[in-house]
Amino acid sequence: MASDLGDLYQEILLEHNRRPRNFRTVDGATHQADGFNPLCGDQITLQLKVVAGTGVVSDVGFQGHGCAISRASASLLTQAVKGVAESEIEALFEEFHRMMTEPDAELNLDLLGDLEMLSGVIAYPTRIKCAILAWHTLKAALYGEAIATTE
Amino acid sequence: MTILRGQNQTAQADALGAIDVERIRQDFPILHQEINGKPLVYLDNAATTQKPQVVIDAIVNYYVKNNANVHRGVHTLSQRATDDYESARESVRRFINAPEDCEVIYVRGATEGLNLVASSYGRKYFKSGDEVIITGMEHHSNIVPWQLLGKELGIRLRVVPFNDDGELLLDEFEGMLNGRTKLVSVVHQSNALGTINPVRTIVELAHAKGVPVMLDAAQSVPHMPIDVQELGADFLTFSGHKLYGPTGIGVLWGRADLLNAMPPYQSGGEMIRSVTYEETIFNVLPAKFEAGTPDIAGAIGLGAAIEYLEAIGMEKIAAYEQALMQYGAELLSSIEGVRIIGNAADKGGVLSFIMDAAHAHDIGTILDAEGIAVRTGHHCAQPVMARYGVAATARASLGLYNTTAEIDSLVKAIDRVIEVFG
Repeated sequence: MASDLGDLYQEILLEHNRRPRNFRTVDGATHQADGFNPLCGDQITLQLKVVAGTGVVSDVGFQGHGCAISRASASLLTQAVKGVAESEIEALFEEFHRMMTEPDAELNLDLLGDLEMLSGVIAYPTRIKCAILAWHTLKAALYGEAIATTE
Repeated sequence: MTILRGQNQTAQADALGAIDVERIRQDFPILHQEINGKPLVYLDNAATTQKPQVVIDAIVNYYVKNNANVHRGVHTLSQRATDDYESARESVRRFINAPEDCEVIYVRGATEGLNLVASSYGRKYFKSGDEVIITGMEHHSNIVPWQLLGKELGIRLRVVPFNDDGELLLDEFEGMLNGRTKLVSVVHQSNALGTINPVRTIVELAHAKGVPVMLDAAQSVPHMPIDVQELGADFLTFSGHKLYGPTGIGVLWGRADLLNAMPPYQSGGEMIRSVTYEETIFNVLPAKFEAGTPDIAGAIGLGAAIEYLEAIGMEKIAAYEQALMQYGAELLSSIEGVRIIGNAADKGGVLSFIMDAAHAHDIGTILDAEGIAVRTGHHCAQPVMARYGVAATARASLGLYNTTAEIDSLVKAIDRVIEVFG
């Protein structure tokens, strides 16, 4: 059952697809991982610069190719984690994951911020992997795995 | 594509009348439903085809009336099951014009057919330094078995390249054939591009060097008349589920002399003649390659699918689908921002395309919202995607029940993609 396409492809999401934020390499990156969605061939490389001591993500960028959902999601991710302490990212990941997988979850919208524009993806089960790829790649980068996959 | 306008369009109109598609559609119950509030337009036939009622009935009838193990019992049900199972084998033989029933080996699908030959024929005859030739447009199932065997035995895989239209470079192929070549294993019709490869020429060139040829015919057997003797191939494999039959059943056909000389692929019941703890004597063909209780219902369903197709006529089906593909190719290539991947002069009913405006997956989601089922992704042919520098395509693949009106719906839905993505 697909709901209104407009819920999925919101104008602001399409804008992130056309003009992704932080679509670049990161100078002096301290963490990096590649993410693959083997089913559809989506591929991203995510780089982060984490400040020693404070653990704050001072810079983040991504490169690669994929569908509008995966691209917009990666773009939004870079905005969401920039300036955030590494220790707070797990909670953000969990909340995003809940938004993608629990249809009636009461979400912490303050925490999610702009990420909420991806909430429509839950109505399209085959596309959840597209939205979540960047987040798995983020975890892989932070926790030392070289490659993340949605399978 | 070379298209002679006026003359071509008359021929196209004639070919579109080759079969009574509206009557055929009545035979496929699944087609008569709405998806997301729109009539289902099923254009994913290269992935799997829908089943006519006669196939569904044959399977139900087997379980309701005749279910028993084959070749084992003296009781009536076992005899009925055996008769139906073996009569389906005869239908397969007739359908591909194989010389002997015993050359028709039931397998799970084309993937298993390829693995069987790699494992049994390959292990017996290949040694370090030998070469196997495939093409650059193979499905992963005709790449990976040879790679695995290659690692085990030290075999080199040679890959015949193709041009931008998706046509094999036969000169390159000829140059690759040498004294070390042990097998040529090629796809008859490419699942990703639709290219129909010149099998006769490939076979002639290979046989001139004494090299046998295996055909992955998963995409050709459902859509054109196939005569293994006329093609001259030594092995041919296909899947039932792409032939309007059930999943879990397929066929490996091989020349009897080759199959007889090959060791068993799997072992167990059915495939033996006598067993003691000292020695096992293997059964004759085809049982030697059919260890264990087979997919009896699947074979019977496959037989029903073949009889259904024979009644319509493969020549007519091929002419109709060819005209439908031409109709779609002309419409799609006229849309700005749409590029068809694969434009071979000899091509089957596959329209693989990319769009400037949107990634294949976004195309797939929007088409689904319009009730249209297409495949999106790399089609288990990543080297083909790499050849064109794309990660994924959207693929509309045709079957005998598709119509020009459905192609029109596809075109309209593509306009919708452009509307959304601008």
